[in-house]
Amino acid sequence: MSTDELVLAMLGLAAVTVLTRCFFFISDREWPIPVWLQEGLRHAPLAALMAIIAPSVLMDAQGQWLQTWQDARLAAVAVAVMWFLWRRDLLGTILAGTAVMLLMRLGLGW
Amino acid sequence: MNGRENSKPVWREPTFAQGVRDMAVVSLGVAAWGMVTGMAMVNTGLGVGMSVFMSLVVYAGSAQLAALPLLAMGAPLWLIWGTALCVNLRFVIFSAQWRPFFMHLGRPQRLWHGYLSTDMGYVLFMRRYGSVQTPADPSTQREAVAYFWGGAVLNWLAWQSSSMVGIFLADSIPSHWGIGFAGTLALLALSCSLITDRITVVTALAAGSAALAAYAWPMRLNIVAAIAAGVALGVLLDQWNGRGTRHEHR
Repeated sequence: MSTDELVLAMLGLAAVTVLTRCFFFISDREWPIPVWLQEGLRHAPLAALMAIIAPSVLMDAQGQWLQTWQDARLAAVAVAVMWFLWRRDLLGTILAGTAVMLLMRLGLGW
Repeated sequence: MNGRENSKPVWREPTFAQGVRDMAVVSLGVAAWGMVTGMAMVNTGLGVGMSVFMSLVVYAGSAQLAALPLLAMGAPLWLIWGTALCVNLRFVIFSAQWRPFFMHLGRPQRLWHGYLSTDMGYVLFMRRYGSVQTPADPSTQREAVAYFWGGAVLNWLAWQSSSMVGIFLADSIPSHWGIGFAGTLALLALSCSLITDRITVVTALAAGSAALAAYAWPMRLNIVAAIAAGVALGVLLDQWNGRGTRHEHR
């Protein structure tokens, strides 16, 4: 692609991103959302998180399931969850998981 | 960018600092992803200048990563933009939840909110304000907008600075370390804090399973499927549980 085309592609990507991210609050018109759906959407944040987490832990980039339990990511997730249950703090959970992952990757070559 | 209506600038609201603090906790994960995205742009052959431009202008990690292979093979623009649209679909759902908090603002500021909103910002915001009964109340709106901006500013800084590190040091950072997984761990920590009762355990499992089952769907539409599954099951379980069990917000 030429530079001009790339710039155009990027500007389009930016426009699409902004428009989708403020889709329901861009126009002043009312969007009647049924009450049950409004209430139900409180489950959306957790669902969205799980949607990103589950495949990146249990699958590789090609969409293949893990072949072995000797995987640095599994160990990291296990330790992170245990840390959370123990201390209930988010930063510690992230640090403990990351430390275990690096240890397994670099130390054990998993 | 100040919410003028109370003469008090947005960063003077106490919730702005709270937004910064809450984002700081997960910013390690944000930075890890930003760096990986920066490296990916350079490694797909986008020049350094164009990578910096993309990072600053597009500011959407998942859409950037989805667009990269298409840009590299010179795919038609409609396909590149259509892919970004699908990858961003989850934010269309999120925007319906933002709406009551932001509608009092002028359109330019609402567009800024669109540019600045991220997965992390959305989850943190809804964790705090998602079950507020009166989102359209002016004082709630002022607080909530300040909280949004506090998180959004730090999120942007953490993402852009780490993305620049990834762009400029792409060759010297070993990719086999899998640093990006720190981003997944940040999301995992957030999920743990949202799992508070049996219903949330079940919806989390359902959403995760749906995302895996639909993994082969193109353009990350499995995320939309997972949200639909989680919300649908949540609605059913809430009904069955006799409603009224809404969570207190902090």
